[in-house]
Amino acid sequence: MENNRPLGGRILTGPFLFFLTIFLIGAYFSAKRFMYGIGAVSNMNDGYPWGIWIALDVVVGTALACGGYTMALLTYAFNRMEYHPLVRPALLTSLFGYSLAGISVMIDIGRYWQAYNIILPWFSNLHSVMFEVAVCIGAYCLVLWIEFAPTVLEKVKADQLLKKLNRVLLVFIALGILLPTMHQSSLGTMMLMAGYKLSPLWRTGFLPLLFLLTALIIGFAVVIYESLFASVAFRLPQETPLLSKLATVTFWCLLLFMVVRIEDVNLRGYLPLAFDGSLVSNMFLLENGFLLTGLFLLMYPRNRQEPKLLFLAATALLLGGALYRFNTYITGYDPGTGWLYFPSVGELCITFGIVSLEILGYMWCVKRLPVLSAHQTA
Amino acid sequence: MSMKRRDFIKLSASSGLLLAAAGPSVALARSEKKALPPEAMGILYDSTLCIGCQACMSGCKEANDMPVESFDPMKRWDTPQDLSASTLNIIKRYTDGDASVKDREQDGYAFIKRQCLHCVDPACVSACPVSALRKDPLSGVVSYHKEACIGCRYCQIACPFNVPKFQWASTTPEIVKCQLCRHLIPKGGYAACCSSCPTGASIYGPVEELLAEAKRRLLLEPGGYADFPLNRIGPGAGGRTTSRPAGRYTQHLYGENEVGGTQVMFLAGVPFTKLGLPELPDEAFVRLADGIQYAIYKGMAYPLALLGALIYMIRKGAGEAETKE
Repeated sequence: MENNRPLGGRILTGPFLFFLTIFLIGAYFSAKRFMYGIGAVSNMNDGYPWGIWIALDVVVGTALACGGYTMALLTYAFNRMEYHPLVRPALLTSLFGYSLAGISVMIDIGRYWQAYNIILPWFSNLHSVMFEVAVCIGAYCLVLWIEFAPTVLEKVKADQLLKKLNRVLLVFIALGILLPTMHQSSLGTMMLMAGYKLSPLWRTGFLPLLFLLTALIIGFAVVIYESLFASVAFRLPQETPLLSKLATVTFWCLLLFMVVRIEDVNLRGYLPLAFDGSLVSNMFLLENGFLLTGLFLLMYPRNRQEPKLLFLAATALLLGGALYRFNTYITGYDPGTGWLYFPSVGELCITFGIVSLEILGYMWCVKRLPVLSAHQTA
Repeated sequence: MSMKRRDFIKLSASSGLLLAAAGPSVALARSEKKALPPEAMGILYDSTLCIGCQACMSGCKEANDMPVESFDPMKRWDTPQDLSASTLNIIKRYTDGDASVKDREQDGYAFIKRQCLHCVDPACVSACPVSALRKDPLSGVVSYHKEACIGCRYCQIACPFNVPKFQWASTTPEIVKCQLCRHLIPKGGYAACCSSCPTGASIYGPVEELLAEAKRRLLLEPGGYADFPLNRIGPGAGGRTTSRPAGRYTQHLYGENEVGGTQVMFLAGVPFTKLGLPELPDEAFVRLADGIQYAIYKGMAYPLALLGALIYMIRKGAGEAETKE
């Protein structure tokens, strides 16, 4: 096994205080939402019933949290143990990403105190895509905590418990791959129900496949991004050879995605719509521009060896992938004349607060728990 | 190592094949069309008979105990702009040019009633994760149950008519929509908008009979006098009628086939798109989403098979790693 170890050092650093401040501002607006209703802090309306809390925090957020999923898939299912050093940090960000998406949902739904109705058999609607997504995401949050538990157990030296857990961990690792496969594709199926309200540039029977592929692409990209970023921020040695291998896998997923994405729009005859100069069409071009940039950068094997280009490609993929998902939920959605939506300050502050909480938690964990791999420094 | 590589290639190849074979069929999967409930009740709204008096709006507010929604600072009049958390039923007006002639597309005007259409295959009912929206198996009325609702608002995304509304200003918000006055039925009443309509523009009755009535009207000679039932038709109706010149109808009964059919239907003298009713396919959007979900999750066979395969591969990998150590 690898030598994962805590980084140590001070917790209350400048960046920590900065994110703490943003978190507190978000907490203020959340309190306001619970005291005066969603309308008091948000610009969501009856035309745009879903805003950035769903589109960013959940739909984009859980994709950014797919590092744990993709790394588990490569390492355990395809038995590529060389990726093992990347698993723990990826799991940690997944854990935070998903847990905070869960918190975001509780802020977003109107009747949160009845949320458990979803699992009451007499209320459950097995036909609902939302039902499947909600149950899967809830279950995956639990699975992530169990998958990450060994890290905490190592720290507190609970060897007996660790041993017991390791015996059943296999099932949870398998679930940790199955559940995201299910709900990440269903997040795409979800918007099929919007019918004509979703622009034909995004509405297709291939939505589930495309959402699954973006989950993989974003999941890979986020691991590359994070590893390069952590090596600079925490002055760790770079894991470039491993990352360039990962970039190769990313490239093939991305190629498949781009072919299906563009050909689907083209074969349905809606490609001209992308060039009519409207905001919606420009967002389509921007989204695919980012993804094609990533594709172009990763196309040449030599580029995949270069940390700077890898970082650039990962950034482009994160932006493009996130934009694809955001556009499917917000930009491409038009309920009809007269309705407008742009997030309010309070709404944005809650989202920023949630992201800050995630960063704060990550900072604390890598400094105090054996998360980051130290095998090259040893 | 060579074993592992071969497994890797095998699995990627087989999943690729599966994707290639299942992908398009899943992407085109559709579930079957739904039938009209046996005792389906509904409303027929005839725009050519509507005089825009809004008696139906005030009748609706009274019957459903809904607050006045006023944009006038003195709060004298109920003046909602659209359906909302306080307005389940609204009469809207289309105007063009000098708006001199009723029910004419150019230089004319026309009224339209907006409310829940009680779809035969309601998207909101399929969308709701907790069955807070239910379609009555007999009457077909789509009802809302706040004790189940979690406030996720997926019904609002799914509804092709933007009907369900949310109480944004409330700390205990509910979804609000027309429930065809189902609370009045046990008391011997029926849809308040229809019982308060003085002109016969809105009539309540069994959907089958409303369909026949609508088709009769579409065949009438424009301008010729004809009898139009008032308030309601079918069992329990008083048989009151009014005699008027027939309108010049757009030859289309909106709701007969739209998204699989609706129990509230519309007749009008101007194109329906002008009245704000979207042009929709005969197939409910639900069918495609439902079909895809069904193709993938039928009996949970695929997910369970995948889970089995994953456990097998992970165990094998772990075993290999151990023997290497």
